[in-house]
Amino acid sequence: MKLVMAIIKPFKLDDVREALTPLGVQGLTVSEVKGFGRQKGQTEIYRGAEYHVNFLPKVKIEVAVPSDLAEQVVEAIMKAAHTGKIGDGKIFLMDVERVVRIRTGEVDAEAL
Amino acid sequence: MRPMMTGERPRGAGGLASSLALLVCASLFLASPAMAADAPKIDTGNTAWMLSSTALVLLMTIPGLALFYAGMVRKKNVLATLMQSFAICCLVTVTWFVIGYSLAFTAGNAYIGDLSQFMLQGFGKTWDKDFLLGGTVDTTIPESVYMMFQMTFAIITPALICGAFADRMKFSAMCIFMVLWSITVYSPIAHWVWSTTGWAGAMGVLDFAGGTVVHINAGIAGLVCALVLGKRVGYGRDNMHPYNVGYAMIGASLLWVGWFGFNAGSAVAANGRAGMAMAATQIATAASALGWMFAEWMTKGKPSLLGIVSGAVAGLVAITPASGFVLPGPALIIGIAAGVGCYVCSTSVKNFFGYDDSLDCWGVHGVGGIIGALLTGVFAFGPLYGGTGGSAHQLLIQCYGVVATLIWSGGMSFVLLKIIDITIGLRITKDEEVEGMDITLHGEQII
Repeated sequence: MKLVMAIIKPFKLDDVREALTPLGVQGLTVSEVKGFGRQKGQTEIYRGAEYHVNFLPKVKIEVAVPSDLAEQVVEAIMKAAHTGKIGDGKIFLMDVERVVRIRTGEVDAEAL
Repeated sequence: MRPMMTGERPRGAGGLASSLALLVCASLFLASPAMAADAPKIDTGNTAWMLSSTALVLLMTIPGLALFYAGMVRKKNVLATLMQSFAICCLVTVTWFVIGYSLAFTAGNAYIGDLSQFMLQGFGKTWDKDFLLGGTVDTTIPESVYMMFQMTFAIITPALICGAFADRMKFSAMCIFMVLWSITVYSPIAHWVWSTTGWAGAMGVLDFAGGTVVHINAGIAGLVCALVLGKRVGYGRDNMHPYNVGYAMIGASLLWVGWFGFNAGSAVAANGRAGMAMAATQIATAASALGWMFAEWMTKGKPSLLGIVSGAVAGLVAITPASGFVLPGPALIIGIAAGVGCYVCSTSVKNFFGYDDSLDCWGVHGVGGIIGALLTGVFAFGPLYGGTGGSAHQLLIQCYGVVATLIWSGGMSFVLLKIIDITIGLRITKDEEVEGMDITLHGEQII
């Protein structure tokens, strides 16, 4: 099993969810996060006081999938979240040792 | 606010009202105390407008100014900032009732009133009579209404100072400072300018609705507060971005609407002068808002919402002393001057000197008040108030009013702050400041 974690632009969230559903993805966790990459930050000015905002708002999505689906998921996210402009985000792919469904105690593939 | 200059008499709105007012005036000239009058002399039109104006001016402080300031502070201090304006409203109401009104508007001497209306005594006898300011000038409204209208001015003035020491003054120290300041600074200066015996009014200082009494007064007191308390922790380094500029916009808009009570109400009558004050207020405010917006657009590259609403407040401030004295054309010029002038003072000048006047109490109210007070001396239109109009001589008289206010308010504020600092302390601890005043001083917070 793999965990796909992606940091994307907030307004791309719905596009990504729509792209993942047809692949059979059963669940998704979303968090509002802040951070910076090459996009760096923005400058805010309030009555002449300039603040450089280093951390921009992003959305982090996490989805655990069977290993054979992982590549398709990565590709779907990449296509859906793409704008071509700096700040589109990143996708991280990692191994998952074990998954447990809390309600039933099912593990691994059954729990996904 | 000072309802009539020498030789001026109130005029009612309609024909019947004006003939009634004429009768009232005639009887004033003949029988001096005019207390034994059998016919009621209260002008209902004027009284209705002054009741409305009073409510409008109260709206300026709560929630207008409270929201304007709260929107500009950080999230951790929003409730504490709202609390300041609200608490000042309550504290000054009681102070004004006990002693403030008496010190400001009784005859006394040229510098301060007396205690003859301590606890508003005498109101039981005069409640249904028209109020004679200083025993001589007929306001045509009951004294209860005059006292209430003036009270709302006494409330907003100290509340304006809060912008200078935002995020760092102890609530207990603030309560004590504001009560003492209201008694020792606001009441005397209101007496100088608006009572019948005050020296500034006698000298001919023109201040229709409070350029000196309210705005320069609060502005310089704020600057002294900012200097005595020092900068906020992290000033110039941390990101101190406002919690919600939308709140500030709502607050500024309430200030704008309420200001029609402030300025047009200062005619103390529903008449042509009140109408002109209203027109001048609207025009100057819009011009100033645009002045600030374009100045910011040209120098910083973007026109901000906080910028345009700050410019509107600067315009309201600057037209305050001028509103009952100038025509619409000069109001436009005063507005533009205030918008650009206050923008420069709240940005470049403040940064150059490095003081932390957090929400620009001095930069907007002090500077805007001075611009308005001086330009009133230039643009005053004689027929509007039965005076001689703008001149170099009038400008000089305006300067006296400005300088005297700066010295008395600045000096007394400094003394009061130092006394409070030595006794109970002015400033919250560094830990409290970092944690935020909402939770540490008031036990509440916005989640």
